[in-house]
Amino acid sequence: MGYMLEIQDLHKTFNIGTINEKVALDGVNLQLNEGDFVTIIGGNGAGKSTTLNAIAGTWPVDRGKILIDGKDITRLSEHKRAAYLGRVFQDPMIGTAATMGIEENMAIAARRGERRSLRWGISKAQREAFRKKLAELNLGLEDRMGSKVGLLSGGQRQAITLLMAALKKPKLLLLDEHTAALDPKTAAKVLEISDKIIAENGLTAMMVTHNMKDAIAHGNRLIMMHEGRVIYDVSGEEKKKLHVSDLLAKFEEASGGEFANDRMMLAK
Amino acid sequence: MVMEYLGSLDPTALLRALPGNVAQGLIWGIMALGVYITFRILDFADLTVDGSLATGGAVAVMLIQGGMHPAAALVFSFLAGMAAGFVTGFLHTALGIPGILASILTQIALYSVNLGIMGKSNQSIGLGQENLVASLRYVTADDRVIFFAKLILGCLVLVAVVYWMFGTEIGSAIRATGCNAQMARAQGINTNSMKVAALMISNGLVGLCGGIYAQYQGAADVNAGRGAIVIGLAAVIISEVIFGKLCAGRKLAFAYTLMAVFVGAILYYVAYALVLWLKMPSDYMKLFSAVVVACFLAVPYLKEKYAVKRRMAG
Repeated sequence: MGYMLEIQDLHKTFNIGTINEKVALDGVNLQLNEGDFVTIIGGNGAGKSTTLNAIAGTWPVDRGKILIDGKDITRLSEHKRAAYLGRVFQDPMIGTAATMGIEENMAIAARRGERRSLRWGISKAQREAFRKKLAELNLGLEDRMGSKVGLLSGGQRQAITLLMAALKKPKLLLLDEHTAALDPKTAAKVLEISDKIIAENGLTAMMVTHNMKDAIAHGNRLIMMHEGRVIYDVSGEEKKKLHVSDLLAKFEEASGGEFANDRMMLAK
Repeated sequence: MVMEYLGSLDPTALLRALPGNVAQGLIWGIMALGVYITFRILDFADLTVDGSLATGGAVAVMLIQGGMHPAAALVFSFLAGMAAGFVTGFLHTALGIPGILASILTQIALYSVNLGIMGKSNQSIGLGQENLVASLRYVTADDRVIFFAKLILGCLVLVAVVYWMFGTEIGSAIRATGCNAQMARAQGINTNSMKVAALMISNGLVGLCGGIYAQYQGAADVNAGRGAIVIGLAAVIISEVIFGKLCAGRKLAFAYTLMAVFVGAILYYVAYALVLWLKMPSDYMKLFSAVVVACFLAVPYLKEKYAVKRRMAG
């Protein structure tokens, strides 16, 4: 009871009935408490991003249930779920509308989950509020709020997308490898901003990453996925004590098991 | 022979034709405004236009024949256009038909609908019809200055309305949908509804243009919209190539861009008149239109390609 996110036995197979058939989610179960910040690691095709996309409603799942704060959203369309979710994507181009200004993008995010009417898209009070939020980023964006987002760098766009994701305090923040496309210095800066926004707003968050160090250093909980399932779930003190070598060993164990199984199959 | 040809050209004839071309450009500019909404804001190549333009004209003429005030008839031209846009939007979003194909289906269907509305392939307005919103007669009348002032004012009002519309919350949502549908959905925007809304607004304007143009010509024709999309695109693209840099970065840049679309339409008709004046056979005019659009569409692409090459070399 009382989970902010509850995933029950989630299944998804892509390209069913073709030679490209791929089981992406094979019975994912997960519960997040309010305020949990979970980092998700796993190899390619483990189902990390797929899990986030399933929550966001990019496509319908085959089986299973997704509940956010007790509400079943499994059958809701993508734009309806957006009311509960903040999302930042791997590709910095996806999170913002390039041909629109910074403040216009933020104004759109400020109405997430609300009715949009024929009122003017942005008010003076909003503009001031946005200016303050942008100033906190220390990127100098508060002085160019009318600039088209398409003129900004990837890191700047991710920072704005983060602000937008948190503008309407979401029940769950989904960060899908949102620093993977950035250079190391910018990635660190964006991660720092992510931490800050999550802490300040007390958000429940999921962050997919390929970087094991980041996965250990951020958040209060870590899960590892493999072949569409959660195979390792660690939190609190135990997580803090983790080393990259521990995670690698877990990785080995997971794929090694599969290797052993393959051998057994051949032996038969 | 060249001398003979040049001698046969009458500069005053070109000058005399000019007011008519400007009026025509302003009227078609309304359609171009609609095309701008789908082609540029929504990023949707909407060929419904060729049908909905004729629908707007057919509706207006039939209603005027039935005794309605020409200005009131335009309201129904607008609504008819919106209905056409809705059908394209429905085919695309609810039934999953690719956008361009959905619009072609509507366009083809509208041909029959337009014949149905008019009962035959063309219908004309009585010569003595009063209160027309626009008419060829007005262009040569003594008080033509007033007609042009009114026409320009009307176009400016439309620009203002469209400017306001796309500055509202819903308008911003439509722009976001056209620019980045994934982002729009992540921000809770129903991108399907927004596409339908934009197609309805756009085709409403096209229907309105059809209604005004039918009054201007004194008749509606089932073929009135043939190639209209090309003229609309020409106006949009000419305006961008010529005024794009001038409009960018200004306060109210969007309003200037919308006004430039009208200028683009006027320039198109002036160029059209020029080519006719040079005695190019009128049979080739559609070819001319297509070539103009192809050239202007190619310019930005080739410019970019050339710029990249130069950067690489430098």
